[in-house]
Amino acid sequence: MRRMLLAVVPAFAMLACGGAKEDAAEGGAPEQGEPAATTPQAAEGGASISGTVKFTGTAPANPNIDMNEEAACKSKHSGQPTDPEFVVNNGNLGNVFVYVKSGLAAGKTYTAPTSPVVLDQDGCLYKPRVFGVMTGQQIEIRNSDPVLHNIKAVPKENRGFNISQPTEGMKTTRTFAMREVVVPLECNVHSWMNAWVGVLDHPYFATSSNDGSFKISGLPAGTYEVEAWHEKLGAKTMQVTVAADEGKTQDITFAAK
Amino acid sequence: MSWFLPPGASTFAGDIDWLYYMILIMTGIAFVVVEVGLIWFLFAYRNRPGRKALYYHGNNRAEVIWTSVTAIAVIATGLLSAGVWDDIKGRESVPAGAMMVGIRAQQFEWHFKYPGPDGQLGTADDDSTRNQLHIPVDTPIVAVMTSDDAIHSFFVPAFRIKQDAVPGMTIRVWFNATKAGKYEIACAELCGLGHYRMKAMVTVYAKDDYNRWLGDTSRRSASASESSSVAPRPVAMNHEGGSH
Amino acid sequence: MATTATTLDGIGAHPHVDAHHDSFVRRYIFSTDHKIIGIQFLLMSLFFLMIGGILAMFIRWQVGFPGKPIPGGGVLPETMAPGGIVLPEFYNSIVTMHGTFMVFFAIMPLLVGVFGNYLIPVKIGAPDMAFPRINMASFWMAVPAGFIMLAGFFVEGGHAAAGWTSYAPLSANPELTGVSTGQVLWSVSLIILGLSSILGSFNYITTIVNMRAPGMNWFRLPLSIWSLFITAILVLLAMPVLSGAIIMLLFDQTIGTHFFRPDTGGQPLLWQHLFWFFGHPEVYILILPGMGMASDIIANGARKPIFGYTSMVIAIMGIGFLGWGVWGHHMFMSGMNPTLGTGFMISTMLIAVPSAIKVFNWMGTIWRGNIQFHVPMLHSMAFVSMFVIGGLSGLFMASTPVDIFIHDTYFIVAHLHYVLFGGSLFAIFGAITYWYPKMFGRLMNPFWGKVHFILTMITFNLVFFPMHSLGSQGHMRRIYDPTQYEFLRDLQWVNEMISMAAFVLFASQFIFAANFILSWTKGERAGPNPWNDNGLEWSLPSPPPHGNFAVTPTVYRGPYEYSSPLVTEDFLPQDLKLEGNRESAAHAAGH
Repeated sequence: MRRMLLAVVPAFAMLACGGAKEDAAEGGAPEQGEPAATTPQAAEGGASISGTVKFTGTAPANPNIDMNEEAACKSKHSGQPTDPEFVVNNGNLGNVFVYVKSGLAAGKTYTAPTSPVVLDQDGCLYKPRVFGVMTGQQIEIRNSDPVLHNIKAVPKENRGFNISQPTEGMKTTRTFAMREVVVPLECNVHSWMNAWVGVLDHPYFATSSNDGSFKISGLPAGTYEVEAWHEKLGAKTMQVTVAADEGKTQDITFAAK
Repeated sequence: MSWFLPPGASTFAGDIDWLYYMILIMTGIAFVVVEVGLIWFLFAYRNRPGRKALYYHGNNRAEVIWTSVTAIAVIATGLLSAGVWDDIKGRESVPAGAMMVGIRAQQFEWHFKYPGPDGQLGTADDDSTRNQLHIPVDTPIVAVMTSDDAIHSFFVPAFRIKQDAVPGMTIRVWFNATKAGKYEIACAELCGLGHYRMKAMVTVYAKDDYNRWLGDTSRRSASASESSSVAPRPVAMNHEGGSH
Repeated sequence: MATTATTLDGIGAHPHVDAHHDSFVRRYIFSTDHKIIGIQFLLMSLFFLMIGGILAMFIRWQVGFPGKPIPGGGVLPETMAPGGIVLPEFYNSIVTMHGTFMVFFAIMPLLVGVFGNYLIPVKIGAPDMAFPRINMASFWMAVPAGFIMLAGFFVEGGHAAAGWTSYAPLSANPELTGVSTGQVLWSVSLIILGLSSILGSFNYITTIVNMRAPGMNWFRLPLSIWSLFITAILVLLAMPVLSGAIIMLLFDQTIGTHFFRPDTGGQPLLWQHLFWFFGHPEVYILILPGMGMASDIIANGARKPIFGYTSMVIAIMGIGFLGWGVWGHHMFMSGMNPTLGTGFMISTMLIAVPSAIKVFNWMGTIWRGNIQFHVPMLHSMAFVSMFVIGGLSGLFMASTPVDIFIHDTYFIVAHLHYVLFGGSLFAIFGAITYWYPKMFGRLMNPFWGKVHFILTMITFNLVFFPMHSLGSQGHMRRIYDPTQYEFLRDLQWVNEMISMAAFVLFASQFIFAANFILSWTKGERAGPNPWNDNGLEWSLPSPPPHGNFAVTPTVYRGPYEYSSPLVTEDFLPQDLKLEGNRESAAHAAGH
């Protein structure tokens, strides 16, 4: 009995501490449809890495989507719907997933936020298309279309799932337990629909917005390997060193292939 | 509610519908004879005071007669059907010069591929559509079918055609649409959660209109960086570690 | 106490003299008495029949009223029916499990497990089965198989969802459905059930061949026993094929073999050939015992010998034999060589002939009879009339060109339900009512029996007859929401009507259930022979004691000597000895 208490009490203490911290710094779920530009929760330190993801060269034209046989979705698009593989505005690249790949203190654990990340299906497209989530954090999948969608996750490390949402307004939540960058999501009813979710066991990640900007905050001082991933252009890694409370600017450039 | 088949729009409808109605009449007669006979016997030979049943073990002549009649009727149906089957599904039945269309079935979409100006399927100038099949009227079409994942089945009720699309096999099915218009295509083999919605539309054009459509799509697909249907998604292997 | 008659010497089934010393568990739970085992199968199968029926209600709710929440459906988990609205993947599981439970855990054990076990020894004059302990093992393997099959509803990913026919690669590749453990449980359950059936089958064959009472020669066997005999041979030869195929499927799914998965070099069509090579004999397993028992009941109800007994036997054998050569008719559209299709079409057309012979002979049996409309007779006549519809509809799909249109439509669903429900299940209702007094010593209430019959007969036809029409309009089967198709929207009212009739059909079965349960203690007590039947079991007390016959009977004639001129009663039991040589004279004259 006494041994059980000895094990249980410290566990509760750690949980309580973690809980307090996350209450204090609620990162907030991204708004529906917006990629998460900033870190989901403020953690240990006060340093940050921010910048703009740039794109040089001519962006390839995004492919047309043939939505002729899905009238309910086609009507949500003015003009020819296209698949936003490249989100390029004034030489800036959106939907790039930027995260700390290594360099954090070994053995440290981070608590996932209680608020979910919302993934919406709207106009037969995933919104957001690229986003990050922590292990154990809920992803709330919504169907805003009056048509059947299924959401199939095809991870390598995690347990996958394949769930359907036949009617508008349905909501389902799922989580991933293991770190994996990135897990592809797809719809089989609409084979052009793709999304990618980066699952990390720490909160130091962000996705670049339409204007290319991103910010990872709350970092302790240290040297980090940071990776930027794009669905078509691959990944770029770089070393970034931040001092305590330093706001480091780090731009990343992708070139047209 | 009807026992009549929906309007047919292909060269197969005549023969298939004729066979269906012939069988309907034959079974209809058998149905009436047997069921009315049963009801009549149940009424006429019902138990009444003083009635005794006939102690009778059978009649070989009657047995030979009704067995032969049945056998002749069913074998005749089989022989009549065999010719029609050969004409529709026989490996040699595809008319020479039939226009080729590629059909790729996948969970849960139909992808159609057209040969393009060079007239060959599988070359760079192929055009493709998702869930829409565009064909000219009065033209034999041979569809070359594949599946990416599960077994699907290409079913066009108005054309009276159905053919399973089996992964790992390339299967040909041919047809010749006789009436311009739009007809629904359904998947007729359970293929997963989206099976009920795996529908497409075939548009049959008068010959001139079809050439116009061909011209249109060539312009449309040239502007896209890749064709408007997505490349086949390979079916993932089992994850290491076995079942989830 | 049994005498050691010559036919029983040296055979394992020695009547248990000290039965009264056994504990309750040995007598009623782990019993080796075929009658107890038969009743155990009866209770188990009726339970699974109810499960199958509940699943059918889910199907009809969704098809009739797509997307509407099931009343009270909020209790279902979100993975199945969030807010009570069935999800498409759960619908596919329900369709799969409805077929699976009905075929393997309801109809098959009801016909083969219940009546095979109960009737064979008592109708041939034997004290028990040849291998009573194997018989017990057979039941006690079916039970865990049933539990495993039920367990599939509770695992992650849900239950098997590839249809009761489990076509590969949908069933072999978990990526295609999201179902993995559920399909594994389905497979394991059926392997165990297959073994249970195989154990039963060689017990039946051995018993019928070796343990018939003196005078019970082959052509004096009741048709129920003939049909169970041929069925047992079919089970013995067909079930191993299914087990083999399922083992291959299991390996493809779990350890990476390539039998059926084309992405790794396998052949999906191989599964279909293997499954249907089992599957077609299986459907004859599912009808033959019903035909046999209906024959017994019809002769009894008409008070008249079976018309053409020998042809009936030949027809049973013909169906059993020809049934091995028609499996490809399930695969006409599969992509197999079309010439095979022509071959299978001819064999399929031919197999209509023995079934037609039986129908004509049943008609010949009631012709000029003296028909008593007891409840079993009502069900048996319904069996004949509904089986005729099912058989005739089969001719449409046997014609390969017509099958191009109706394959995988509700026309097929109509056909299979007319033969399995209209045929087998009515025969089962009749048989349960008929042998209930022998099993339990009391009669089921005839008034409520008639009410149940009329309600079932009417609503059954309201549910399944319109499906022929739906199919002939091209309405596909296994479709979660038919209104997605323009060409089906105008037919949706038919689906609604079918669903409402189905709800009444299901509710009507509670009358049968209540009659079954209440009659056990409140039914009118039955003597040995409430139906004035000729079979050997009707000379035994109701219920018979352990070991059945105090004295091994001697059989003098066939089982259908009703209205014989040799006696004043309108029946003449098989083991009743008559003085003089009148019998052979009557035989020479009356046939």
